[in-house]
Amino acid sequence: MLRLSLRTRRTLLPYLFLGPGLLWLIVFYAIPLINQGGVSLMTGNPEQGYTLQWHFATYTNALSDYGTQFGRSVLFAGSATVLDLVIAFPLAYFIAYKAGRWKNFMLLLVVLPFFTSYVLRTVAWQLILNDNGWVVHRFQDVGLISANGRLLASTKAVVAGITYNFLPFMVLPLYVSLEKIDRRLIEAATDLYASRATAFRKVTLPLALPGIFAGSLLTFIPACGDFINAALLGTPKQYMIGNVIQSKFLNILDYPTAAALSFILMTAILIGILIYARLLGTRNLTEAAV
Amino acid sequence: MEGTPIATPEGERVDAAASSEADIHLEGVTKRFGDAVAVDDLTLSIERGAFYALLGPSGCGKTTTLRMIGGFEDPSEGVVYLGGQAVTDLPPYKRDVNTVFQSYALFPHLNVERNVAFGLERKKIGKDEVARRVAETLDMVQLGALAKRRPGQLSGGQAQRVALARALVNRPRALLLDEPLGALDLRLRKQLQLELKRIQQEVGITFVHVTHDQEEAMSMADTIAVMNKGKIEQAGSAEELYERPHTAFVANFLGVSNLVDGKVLERGIEMATVETDDGTVRVPCARMSEAAGDAVRIGVRPEKIELVPAEQGVPDGRNALRGRVSIASFLGVSIQYVVIAPGGEELTVIAPNRDGGQPSSLGVGHEVLLTWDPQHTFVVARDA
Repeated sequence: MLRLSLRTRRTLLPYLFLGPGLLWLIVFYAIPLINQGGVSLMTGNPEQGYTLQWHFATYTNALSDYGTQFGRSVLFAGSATVLDLVIAFPLAYFIAYKAGRWKNFMLLLVVLPFFTSYVLRTVAWQLILNDNGWVVHRFQDVGLISANGRLLASTKAVVAGITYNFLPFMVLPLYVSLEKIDRRLIEAATDLYASRATAFRKVTLPLALPGIFAGSLLTFIPACGDFINAALLGTPKQYMIGNVIQSKFLNILDYPTAAALSFILMTAILIGILIYARLLGTRNLTEAAV
Repeated sequence: MEGTPIATPEGERVDAAASSEADIHLEGVTKRFGDAVAVDDLTLSIERGAFYALLGPSGCGKTTTLRMIGGFEDPSEGVVYLGGQAVTDLPPYKRDVNTVFQSYALFPHLNVERNVAFGLERKKIGKDEVARRVAETLDMVQLGALAKRRPGQLSGGQAQRVALARALVNRPRALLLDEPLGALDLRLRKQLQLELKRIQQEVGITFVHVTHDQEEAMSMADTIAVMNKGKIEQAGSAEELYERPHTAFVANFLGVSNLVDGKVLERGIEMATVETDDGTVRVPCARMSEAAGDAVRIGVRPEKIELVPAEQGVPDGRNALRGRVSIASFLGVSIQYVVIAPGGEELTVIAPNRDGGQPSSLGVGHEVLLTWDPQHTFVVARDA
């Protein structure tokens, strides 16, 4: 047994605690990331294999070839995120303040879909939106879609699918940040001549910002890279960048382009987050919850 | 700062102060939470410019009363008047009163300045005027230097001052303070008590102060209402409540009381005679409403009593009770005795330390006489 002085042990302790997590990140995150970075700069073909040529043109080619799919990803994921926010805020507000003893049960209901697989849930939507399904017929009855109109295989269906699949990721952080707000602050606001609406706008909403931020990220980022919804509920006209990356990696075996597309997506999202955080005010995101 | 009281915004309000019309008036107000009665048919009037304390143990209904004035609770019955106008159905934001909350309830996402400006920003007031008044009020509570800090960076005492400034800056008809010093340590509490009193005199608006600390109420308030079980037991100045409590509850809640059971023997013109287990004592009639034959309790404050050895005999004209010393504690400035009366009551006597120590003739186990001036006797109803 190695005998160390108390002082040495004290300095080593933080590294001991960080160690497992750090090791995990290095092995399963940093190394694959660097590896894929290398792959993105390779040239060659599936038959003879790929070699590292520092071929940066792959990036510009990927951008010009698949700009449409990038745009679509941002548009679909963005729409779904906004829709999720609109749906989740009242829901989280209700659960946090009005649900009383039903609070935990309602939270369970929010998480319940996670007990079935993601793909299965999306396939279920395929059945719901089916051309001969009840929903389409009712939509036709009330004239929301034309007599031979469809719901499946449309942009609407893909955005609806994404919205549905990521709703819990918006509800839960919103619930946490709303639940944490001291209700006496609302009393204080109404005491200071704020109507209930003003109190909501000036106190509840700013204090819920960390939840809005976290929820938007948890929804938008995975939604950007999603390909299941577009594949199952859309057509190639709705394909997002995730579908392209998936097909390049698994069907065409064009690894450099697939890797380059992934890196472009990652960088774009990072820049987007920075702008978003700046817009909401980083100080509000970190301190508001004190 | 000194000598420049903040003027009230509207001239007519100053005139209203001249009249004796109550600033805050509750008429027959009752508040029930389910089956529990928190406030029971309460009627009270608070004059403009008064420092009014609602004093009582926890659960006596004092905070509920304050919250009904502020508009945070709806009375089950009764009417709340502010400045003569019935406001029972008005929400808090339409009432011309501001609250200093027990937990301060400062907005964590706004800095000190913006917290204080919150109320003014809701009214239609120019930006320059808001900034001027915020700066002025922050100076008054000596926080001008911390204007840009966030609440999370303030100490308890600083947060308390911000809460006070945030309410005061609106120049409300009345300021409602819900145990505003409860979360602070003793030394800071004492300091802020003085400061609150100073600020109240400076701005001249009505303060309604809820507290369970009798010393705090006595040191600050002009009028103290002692509450118990949803009712006001007695309201008056600190002196009145201390020297002439009307109920056993008030006698015991404010300071230490010695209460002895008795029965009124007769009412004379000036003095009445009450019979106790140990002879008779005399009570000024002005301090007693009961008639001959009524069961009462007579009381006297510990510092009014003089303790002498039993052999000495009662001086003429003084009330006296016999007893045996059971505890004698030397406290430096005074000596505190606990004396057991013949009826079994424990009586407390506080004797000033005039002789430089504890007289041996008054040691534990000695038979003693407790004598006091009949003028200092008070009478409370005997509880069932």
